[in-house]
Amino acid sequence: MHLKPFLTTALDSATSGDRRYHLWMGGLTLVMLLGGYAYFIQLHEGLAVTGMTDHVSWGLYISNFAFLVGVAAAAMMVVLPAYVFEDVDFGRAVLMAEGVAVAALIMCLAFVVVDLGNPFASWHLIPVIGYLNWPRSLLAWDVIVLNGYLALNLAIPFYLLYSHYAGRTPEKGKYVPFIYISVFWAVSIHLVTAFLFAGLPARPFWHNALLGPRFLASAFAAGPAIMILVLWVIRSQTEYSIKDAAFAKLAMIVTVAAQINLIMLASEIFTEFYFFTHHAVSAQYLFFGLDGHNALVPWIWTAIILNVGATVVLTIHPLRRNPKWLIPACFVLFVAIWIEKGMGMVVPGFIPSPLGEIVEYAPTWVELAVTAGIWAMGLFILTVLVRVALPIELGTVRSPHIAEADREGVGVEG
Amino acid sequence: MSTERELTLDDVLQYAGQEATRPLAERLGPPPGAQYPSEIRGGCGSGSCGCGGADERGPEPAPATRDTEPAGHTILDRKLDRRGALGAMFGALAAGSQALSACSPASLASSEEREAKLLEWGEYFKGNFRLMSDEEKADSIRRLERLSRIRTGAEVNIHTTEASPGVVYGYAFNISKCQGYRNCVDACVQENNLDRDAGTQYIRIFEMEKGSSMDDLDHGDPTFQHEVPAEGHFYIGTQCFQCANPPCVEVCPVGATWQEPDGITVVDYDWCIGCRYCMAACPYWARRFNWAEPEVPAEELNPNQHYLGNRARKAGVVEKCTFCIQRSRAGRLPACAEACPTGARVFGNILDPDSEIRWVIENKQVFRLKEDLHTEPRFWYFMD
Repeated sequence: MHLKPFLTTALDSATSGDRRYHLWMGGLTLVMLLGGYAYFIQLHEGLAVTGMTDHVSWGLYISNFAFLVGVAAAAMMVVLPAYVFEDVDFGRAVLMAEGVAVAALIMCLAFVVVDLGNPFASWHLIPVIGYLNWPRSLLAWDVIVLNGYLALNLAIPFYLLYSHYAGRTPEKGKYVPFIYISVFWAVSIHLVTAFLFAGLPARPFWHNALLGPRFLASAFAAGPAIMILVLWVIRSQTEYSIKDAAFAKLAMIVTVAAQINLIMLASEIFTEFYFFTHHAVSAQYLFFGLDGHNALVPWIWTAIILNVGATVVLTIHPLRRNPKWLIPACFVLFVAIWIEKGMGMVVPGFIPSPLGEIVEYAPTWVELAVTAGIWAMGLFILTVLVRVALPIELGTVRSPHIAEADREGVGVEG
Repeated sequence: MSTERELTLDDVLQYAGQEATRPLAERLGPPPGAQYPSEIRGGCGSGSCGCGGADERGPEPAPATRDTEPAGHTILDRKLDRRGALGAMFGALAAGSQALSACSPASLASSEEREAKLLEWGEYFKGNFRLMSDEEKADSIRRLERLSRIRTGAEVNIHTTEASPGVVYGYAFNISKCQGYRNCVDACVQENNLDRDAGTQYIRIFEMEKGSSMDDLDHGDPTFQHEVPAEGHFYIGTQCFQCANPPCVEVCPVGATWQEPDGITVVDYDWCIGCRYCMAACPYWARRFNWAEPEVPAEELNPNQHYLGNRARKAGVVEKCTFCIQRSRAGRLPACAEACPTGARVFGNILDPDSEIRWVIENKQVFRLKEDLHTEPRFWYFMD
């Protein structure tokens, strides 16, 4: 009975705002249109307009996909304490975390779709009318876990928001079980995506046991880092208050995860280079260049320097507690992990080829435009979700039925 | 009443609902006594708009299933499987819009173009090759052959010859004999209708310096452009090794690639979604992707084709060497083995104790690439 006004209110909240809001959304729309145009060209001409080749057959798209799975999974780091341990500090951040997860997941799916050579055949993935090669293919697992996680992250916040809107207290029995499921599910989306790479003996660079754990560590650094940035924007731009304690706890999570990530990086570098074997040629290419080919060397060292710098800042307590240091450190860490997990993880797996040929990769303007378009879409979705959730959480909008009931001085039934 | 008639909206709806199981003229279902046009004629093709009014229509098309079902049934109560039903619905939508645009004066599309579009819709909704019935396979081939005729003017013959029992193919490569002429590469390109624009090649010949390790081909040069054989070098060829334990097959999310009973790993080009996971999984770099629409000059097209082999591919799908499935299953040598002037290439049935390939494996010191990966290639190297 509250659904129609709920949707109307949501649309209102999402489409009304001050000039800066409209400029922001208009700018994002412009970038999305540019991305759409580039994608149209790609559909028409084929993936030949990208920088990918038979040698480097995955590029910027799959790199972004791998990174964003981590961001999506990291919502768990807020959800878990808030719901399971009933940590009140996180109470107000949790819906935002789920919004980040939803936006990141939609971006993930979009990056996979734009990478497909034959996207019109993607219905072949649907069981019964198509054929899903499950459980053998890890990509089939990924399709299931990503869509499942998206459904969970849409359903739980919708139920909570809708209950608040309708003036009801959400019933724990109805959502807490799903929260437990989503916590395990978050780990699974990330491990499955790591296994998708680690399960390929053809590519020694990926075929190691540390890939999964490193995925998790970097995700639990990058995800909460972007959460801090989003919450900081919300706190400084709206009346929605978020406690300092929430920032402090998130910052602690980021710090520990970033430290573990660096330890794993060191362990990886040691294993590859202490006694150089044939298995380390891709790492050699990535970190130092191979036979005069060194396109990724500046990228990975930039990432490492940013990573170490941000981790040092976060490790020093007074700096971490100061927003002037914390916010830039989170941003820098986010960028560093984006490089490291994206271009630094996916591309070197293909170089050199399994037969030893070295063909380098650089994205074309089409790939860059499509990628920018998908990021703009993600930010657009996140903004809309936050925009809808905030007034309901602040209590400034309520179902008209409640307002009516309040005036008449009678209680509201659920 | 004229024997030719205009295409009406009813016709296309009817057509779309019928899963394209028979050739077009037959599918429209000739009423008793009426002779049928060999192809659908467009609404505006003859100058008058066929969709304008019922009185302009030719004979009412009879449903093809008239014998078994009462007349007047539409696609809605026809028995279809799920995919067929989806195909029918979307096909009807597409066909409807086709018919509508056929009524607009601006439409100059030929009737062949319309037929091709309808055939493509039929193709779009067909199933995975392994799940298709014999009848569905035959229908698909009919559509593909007709489409080739319309689109490129080429008459092609597409077979689905199955694996023979008691046959598993194997290949051996004599490193002492190969001189790097690359006749095999050219023959492969010709035979398999490989994309000339992109210069796609399944076979790679590495020029190796004498004394260098063959365990990995890192120090070999696959792009040599000089007179061969070059002093101080030897040559080693790679292609798909048709592994007995193929990692590329495991990873495909839609089951568009599989190993046939005779050991050949094939791709269903129409089922592949183009994710390229198989390319990442292959330890021998044997798979190729169609980054753009492949181009083969009509005069160079090999019309003898296999559904799982050298038939026309489209943009955005993966392909690979199939030991020339269209030849090997017909009892012939793959093009590369036939073209080799030095006799470096040995091909045959490894289950046949009298075959040359068996003799090589049993009597020569053979080895395979990257045996530690347990892919069990069916491609052996040996030296004299």
